[in-house]
Amino acid sequence: MSAVKKIRVDLALIAGMVKPGARVLDIGCAEGQLIEHLTRDKRCDARGIEIDMREVQRAIAHGLPVMQGDADTELVTYPDDAFDYVILSRTLQAVEKPREVLRQMLRISTRAIVSFPNFGHWSLRLQLLARGRMPMTAGWNRMWYETPNIHPCTISDFFALCAMDGYVVEDWLAADEEGLRTPWRRSRRLANLFGEQGLFLLRRG
Amino acid sequence: MRAKGIAPGPPPGLCEPGMDQLPTEFPHQSVTFPEPLPLDCGLALPGITIAYRTYGVLNAEKSNAILVCHALTGDQYVAEPNPETGRPGWWERVVGPGAAVDTGRYFVICANVLGGCMGSTGPRSPHPRRPGALWGVEFPVITIHDMVRAQKRLVEHLGISRLFAVIGGSMGGMQALSWAVQFPEMLFAAVPIAAAAYHSAQNIAFHEIGRQAIAADPHFRGGHYWAQGVRPERGLAVARMTAHITYVSEEALTRKFGRKLQNAEGLSALGEQFAVESYLQYQGSSFVQRFDANSYLTITRAMDLFDLAGEHEGDLAAAFRGARARFLLVSFSSDWLFPTAQSRAIARALNHAAANVSFVEVQSDKGHDAFLLDEPDFHATLHGFLTGCAEQARLA
Repeated sequence: MSAVKKIRVDLALIAGMVKPGARVLDIGCAEGQLIEHLTRDKRCDARGIEIDMREVQRAIAHGLPVMQGDADTELVTYPDDAFDYVILSRTLQAVEKPREVLRQMLRISTRAIVSFPNFGHWSLRLQLLARGRMPMTAGWNRMWYETPNIHPCTISDFFALCAMDGYVVEDWLAADEEGLRTPWRRSRRLANLFGEQGLFLLRRG
Repeated sequence: MRAKGIAPGPPPGLCEPGMDQLPTEFPHQSVTFPEPLPLDCGLALPGITIAYRTYGVLNAEKSNAILVCHALTGDQYVAEPNPETGRPGWWERVVGPGAAVDTGRYFVICANVLGGCMGSTGPRSPHPRRPGALWGVEFPVITIHDMVRAQKRLVEHLGISRLFAVIGGSMGGMQALSWAVQFPEMLFAAVPIAAAAYHSAQNIAFHEIGRQAIAADPHFRGGHYWAQGVRPERGLAVARMTAHITYVSEEALTRKFGRKLQNAEGLSALGEQFAVESYLQYQGSSFVQRFDANSYLTITRAMDLFDLAGEHEGDLAAAFRGARARFLLVSFSSDWLFPTAQSRAIARALNHAAANVSFVEVQSDKGHDAFLLDEPDFHATLHGFLTGCAEQARLA
């Protein structure tokens, strides 16, 4: 993670979806860059969950309220409607039960913000087609037998899950690896082909 | 149950017949509050003395005070040698100039708990209604909440209306929790370390072995040992030995001793055969020189009685509903006495109560005692948390 104070571009996109003063839970908050930004610049009551002890220590050392814990097991312990936004950034594909985690997110919060690397990106499709092997890219850079990303999905898959579970997609966009917006924003098919990551703002149906 | 044969060899030779009927009291720094202190048990102590030490300087706003709460057998000498025992301060690694709890920045208070034997009112204090006698086993049953109410008097006596933080490990962590629940407006931050919201059946069971060992010592004399010039040293030593096992992890014991033999000559059922045995016996015998058996009974009982959720029909979150402090909970991965699950349960309950809470499990193989030992990750976390809180509290 870079040492610069400026917030990471993809986190800035997420922060842009959060209303000032909101109660926010950031799952997989790492050292807490986003919650620090939300607290300082948007007067949010922002907390975090992070599984890695080192990151938790760094966050706490910044004075940020962070719980060491696992999204798969920790969310069930929060009461209904505890937050206005629950954020899951680039983590959905790595949890054990993505559908259950989403369900919990929209139980404890009115809205959920989810970002994930898009497995439908053309370069991944091309590699799989041409080589017949699991694709390796900047975003998908670990071998299949050691990747933490055990539940890859595409932007289209995610739309389908939201429809199936009755979540309203209030906003969405596809972005490149750095989190810069991409021009295929209003075409799901093109976004699924050219977007390196998907970012969704969901609301309970 | 007898403590027979556990501690063979001559007793440490500390209980000489004809010892003073009343132990000579070391002049610990203390303050006496003449007003009665009502206790949870329904009785009241007619005035109390609290022995304490302070470090650092209280700022003009009186906003930089940190209360450090000690554990079962700790004392007020957190950052300096205990003048009575000569032992180094029990948390010099954590409290001191430039340390995680920086005495160059904070005004640190540490008091001997109510029921203790290092100068605060406890079973070794004079009985209020019987001249020449000590409280002994007649000392009322006290609770962690009672200890905290006594500390509150000290804090107010020092002119402090709001503590910046209350920090403690083990039983000290219980006190930090009690502070946050009893006097939520009186602290900005609470740091319970290697603590629990209640004493488990296993915790109580280990304490009970210790108490039974003390009671079974022929020198216990129904708790009136002090009047007869003896002390239940063997019983207290066994209590300490048992407790000490619970403070360390199996890995730590294995690393330190393994199956190393102490005495290679001859085999016997009794007598120190393994290195771990002589280590434990040393722990036991050094302990009896500094601790009063009746205090041990009183304080272990206070810990056993601690149950924050129990006071709210088993709903821990309800206990924290009024809590306003910022919390940092720390557990240690190899602590099986106050395991991580206990700290996590507290953190979850605090989340449920919408409190501001941070929680981290520090990887360590040192067991429960890790909070007292060299654990840089823990120290860095604590330091960072306090620094962050100081910023939020606008502490200069």
